[in-house]
Amino acid sequence: MALRVAALERLLTDKGYCDPDTIDRLVELYETRVGPHHGARVVAEAWSDTAFRERLLANASQAMAGLGISGMQGESMVVVENTPDVHNVVVCTLCSCYPWPVLGLPPRWYKSEPYRARVVREPRIVLAEMGCHVTDDVEVRVWDSSADLRYMVLPRRPAGSDELSCEQLAGLVTRDGMIGVAMV
Amino acid sequence: MDGIHDMGGMMGFGAVARESDEPLFHDDWERVAFGILLQVSGHVGFSDDHLRAHIERIPPLAYLQASYYERWTRALESFLEERGLLTPDAVEACMADMVAPERPSDGRGTALDDIEEAVARGASTRRDGAGRAPRFLPGDRVRVLNEHPCHHTRAPRYTRGRTGEIVNDHGVFVYPDTNARDLGECPEHCYTVAFRARELWGADAPVSDFVNVDLYDSYLEAVDGPA
Repeated sequence: MALRVAALERLLTDKGYCDPDTIDRLVELYETRVGPHHGARVVAEAWSDTAFRERLLANASQAMAGLGISGMQGESMVVVENTPDVHNVVVCTLCSCYPWPVLGLPPRWYKSEPYRARVVREPRIVLAEMGCHVTDDVEVRVWDSSADLRYMVLPRRPAGSDELSCEQLAGLVTRDGMIGVAMV
Repeated sequence: MDGIHDMGGMMGFGAVARESDEPLFHDDWERVAFGILLQVSGHVGFSDDHLRAHIERIPPLAYLQASYYERWTRALESFLEERGLLTPDAVEACMADMVAPERPSDGRGTALDDIEEAVARGASTRRDGAGRAPRFLPGDRVRVLNEHPCHHTRAPRYTRGRTGEIVNDHGVFVYPDTNARDLGECPEHCYTVAFRARELWGADAPVSDFVNVDLYDSYLEAVDGPA
C-alpha cells in the first residue's frame, strides 16, 4: 500500500488536487491539536456548570462552539447523558462515523467488524468484555450514528470529585468513557 | 445496498480487540492516505456520501481484508476513475515508475493555521429551511420501509420492517441516497428513531434496552396505535 499511496499522491499532486506539505500539516493537526482532550474539556465543563450542561444537552454544537470546539465530522453534534438509570454507548454499524472535533480520529476497534456487528445486538455482553459492567437495573441505549449526527456520551461524574477544578476533572475523563464503553 | 458494510447484528466476528497505546496511524502510508483524502475531497466534489458509496462497492472479501485507510484509498481511486479524473491503469503505471515511495515536497502548501480554520469550519450537510415539511413528530410510531435499494442508503438492514418511536427531529439534511448518485441534495428531515431491543432481536434481548438509529423521512411510514 505504501507504494500505491505514494503513486496516487504524485498523480494527484501533478493535477493540483493536493500537495505533500498540506497533507503533512493536515496529519499534524490531528496528531497534535485535535483529540479527546477537547471532549474531556466539554465533559468537565458540563460537570462543573449546570447551565452549560443544559445547553450542551439541548444543542451540543452550539454549546461546544462556545468553547471553540467545532469542525469536520462533528458539524452536528448530539451529547447523550449517562444517569443512574441509563447507560449510553455509540457505534456506527454502516461505516465508522465518529465525532472528530471532540474525540479525534477513531481507534481501530471502533471501526472493527466485531464492534460494529455486535454492540447493537448484545451491548451488555460487549461492554462487559471491554470491562464496562452495566447492572440489570440500568437501561442500555445504543446510538447507531450512521447518518449526519455525531454522538458523544456525557459520563457520570465520579463520586468524590466535588472539590476538583475543571482542569482536574478533565484529567479524569477518558476517550472510552465518552464513547460509552467505559465508566469514568 | 445490502453489502458487507451493513454488519449491525451479524454474528461470528468474535471479541472486540483493543490495542494498548494505539498510535493514531499504524504506518506512514496511512498518514498520507488520510491527508490525500481530506485535501482532495473538496477539490473534486467527493462527499462523505460518495466515499461511503464507493467503499460499499468494494467486493465483500476484499472489504473484510482491507484496513480502514486502504478502503478509503480504493474508494477515492474508484471515484476518480468514475469521474474520468484518473485513468484505470494510472496508479499501477506510476507505481511501476517508482522504486520506493517518494514524496516530492516544494516546501509550500497551505499554512497550518489556515488548515486548522478550514477543519474547524467543517462542511455541514444541514440545510435548514430546505426540503419538505416533516411527516413525523416526536412520539409518533413509525415503521422502516422494507426497501432494499441497490444504491447507497443509511437505513441499516436490521431496522427494515421494524417499528419504533420518533424521539428527536434533528432538522433538515442532505439526503445521502440521492447525493451519492449525483441526483441532487434533495434535503429532508432526519430523526432519531428508538427501537426496543426486543423488536429488533427477539425475546432474548433485555426488555429495558433500546437501539436508537438516525433515519431520514423517506425511509419511514406511519404506524397507528400506542408506542
